[in-house]
This record gives sequence, C-alpha cells and structure tokens, in this order.
Amino acid sequence: MGRAIAALIARDLRLAVRAGGGGGMAVFFFLITVSVVAVGVGPNLSLLAQIAPGILWVALLLSSLLTLERLFQADLEDGTLDLLAMGPLPLEAIAAAKAFSHWLTTGLPLLVAAPLLGLLLNLPVNVFPPLILSMAIGTPALSFLGAIGAALTVGVRRGGLLASLLVVPFYVPVLIFGVGAADEAISGAPPGVMLQALSLLGAVTLASLVIGPVAAAAGLRAALK
Amino acid sequence: MAPPAARMMTLRAADLACIRGGRLVYEGLSFEVASGEALVLVGPNGAGKSSLLRQIAGLVERAAGDLTLEGGKEDTPVGEQAHYLGHLDALKPAFSVEETLRFWAAFLDGPGGGALDVLPALDAVRLGDLADLSVAYLSAGQRKRLALARLLVAPRPLWLLDEPSVALDKASTAILAELMEAHMALGGLIVAATHLELGLKRQLTLDLSPRRQVA
Repeated sequence: MGRAIAALIARDLRLAVRAGGGGGMAVFFFLITVSVVAVGVGPNLSLLAQIAPGILWVALLLSSLLTLERLFQADLEDGTLDLLAMGPLPLEAIAAAKAFSHWLTTGLPLLVAAPLLGLLLNLPVNVFPPLILSMAIGTPALSFLGAIGAALTVGVRRGGLLASLLVVPFYVPVLIFGVGAADEAISGAPPGVMLQALSLLGAVTLASLVIGPVAAAAGLRAALK
Repeated sequence: MAPPAARMMTLRAADLACIRGGRLVYEGLSFEVASGEALVLVGPNGAGKSSLLRQIAGLVERAAGDLTLEGGKEDTPVGEQAHYLGHLDALKPAFSVEETLRFWAAFLDGPGGGALDVLPALDAVRLGDLADLSVAYLSAGQRKRLALARLLVAPRPLWLLDEPSVALDKASTAILAELMEAHMALGGLIVAATHLELGLKRQLTLDLSPRRQVA
C-alpha cells in the first residue's frame, strides 16, 4: 500500500513539473495579484504594511484555487481514475495522496514565494515569522479542503468556478486565523495571543486532513458511477 | 506472465441488471467463466457490452444481481482482482513509454508479484525499442499496445477487455491473441467485448442483443 501511494505521489509531482500548469502557474498568479494590489493601493508604505498580511493570504488563497480544477479532472478524462479506483488503494487514500501532491506543487512554492512578496509590501520584519508560520500551517488545509470541491465538480466542464464557489466558504476560517496570527504581531500583541490564532489554524488544518480525503472520495465515487 | 494462483476460479454472474441514465440496458443476465476460459461479449452498439465490463470492474453500479469470483480473494472486490482495458487508455503524454509502465507496475502490484518486469512486458507487446519515447508520439495502435502491457506488469486473474483489437494491425492482433492464450493457459479468466475476430483457439460467446430481454 505504501508503495502504491509513493508511486502515485511521485507520478503527480512529475506530471506537475513536466506538464506545467501546476505550481509555476500558481506562483506567477500569486506574484501578479500581490503586485497589482500593491500598485492599486498606492505608495503609502505604512498602509501597505498594515494590510500586507491580508493581501498575501488572499492572493495565496486565490492562487491555490486556480490550480484546483485539474486535481482530478485530467485523470477522469483519460480513464486513469477508473484504473486508480480499481487498484489496491481505497479512494480515500488516492484523494489524500493527490491532495498532498497538490500541496507539494502549489502550497509549498507559494510558501517559498511569500517572504519575497512580503518585502515588496513593506511587511514589518517582526511579522515575517508569524506570517510564514501561519502559511505553513494553513496551506495544507487549502489543498485538502480544495480536494472536496475538485472531486464534486470533477465531471463538470469548466468546473473550476463551481469548485471555487463550493470551497471558498471552507477557506474562510483558514483565512481568518491565518491573517489573525500576523495581525496580532503587527499590533504588538503578546505572543500568547498569536499562538492562539495559530493553534486554531492548526486545528482547522488537522480537521481538513481527515475530512478532505473522505469527502473527496465520496465525490469521486459519485462521479465514477 | 501473470500467474494467478494455480487454483481454479470461477466468475459467476447471477441475474445481473444494469440501468444507465434511467434506461434499462439489460436484466436477468447470468453467466459463468472459469479459469482458462474466455467469454466474448457480442451484440450491437448500445447492447451493454461496455456497461457489463464496467459492472464487473466495479465502475458501474449493479441495479440487481450478484457477481462473485469464486476461488479468488474472499475479502477483495472483484474489480480489484481484475485488469480493465477500456476505450480510454489512461496514458499521459508527459511520460515516456517506460515511465508509464513503471508507474502502473508500482501502483498496481500488490503483495505476491510474479508479473513481468517492465522491459520484458514492453518487449512482449513489441514496444521495447520505444521505451524512451514520449507517449505523445505514439500511434493509436502503439498506445493500445502500451495499455495492454499494463496487464502484464501486475498479476490479476481476471482480464476485462473492451474492444482490445481496435486500432491494432494484423501482427499486433496476433500478439494480443497470444497474450490472451498465455493468460488463460496460466489459469486466467477473460471477458472481452468485441466486434472483430480475436483469433482465440476457443471461446465462449454471450450475445447481449436486446431481443433476449423481450423474452
């Protein structure tokens, strides 16, 4: 079973690197959104610093949504999903493996790009650690919750928008606690308050790691029948 | 080749029914296939040949009836003990011929083994020379042969083949027949839907023509 999961993850990583459309696209979208917002808000550096965590988190969330559509769709269209479903792994494990690959190819590159864009937005130095930490804790939730939307819309042509509509409500807690942790740091709150936001974010992520694959597998089952 | 356990197996379908999109495709369908046998499904387009194969594979729900693989693994669904070769070939243009097969070998191979290695399997379908070529450059017949090679790298007692000889030239159809015979000789079972002659030495036939439902 471990071998099958490893094979699936390795395959998805290779596909993302070779076929493109994965992490690279998300990172560029992230870069574009953040820089456009920065230009739109204007050169008021103290204002930018204030809203930087919010901008970064929103842009991160949108970039992550952008790549969700293809999570299961490509495999459904070419018949791969049929064969995966017939294989030794339960669909839950397949959904989890694919969500994990999505995080590796999208969440992780975004996480790496975020500090650079933080500089662009005049993010105060002391806010970098809590912001990056909140993103590290929160981005897996984006992939695992996103898998639910991707699975439910897998049979729908141009289902990306529908998937976004379904998924965004689930993303809201991630956004609130993620931005919350960084905002506490900006307002100079004691570390304890920040820790609270991070723990709640961690709870959301842990719950999504369990709920995401189970719900996504149910969606895939419905699509395959 | 994939030696499914030497013991005898029987695929038994009793009173199967299939409803697709609210339309009854077939009902009261019963048949048996034993180790070493091939059941060929015939019938006009829309008679339910593909639906039946997908039902056996567990990809289409059974509206009624029972399906068992006697002598197979008890607690494993029939679909998990089967290879399915459908119209969609599940090939990714981003991968080379060899990588494609290596993935399926790693993903499908449960405990046990006894299947062919990747390169001998490619040789068996005469794709050995193209191992490094990207799947994007394969012809329709070569794609079919690569999909067929997937059946050789992981042992499964039951093969479900949907129009396996479509797009294959004469020589490749002969290879297909050879591989099917070899699978049956080792105790494998085959259910195949086809319009073309497969060239098997002996086969059972199941006619899915709609008239049988009128009776």
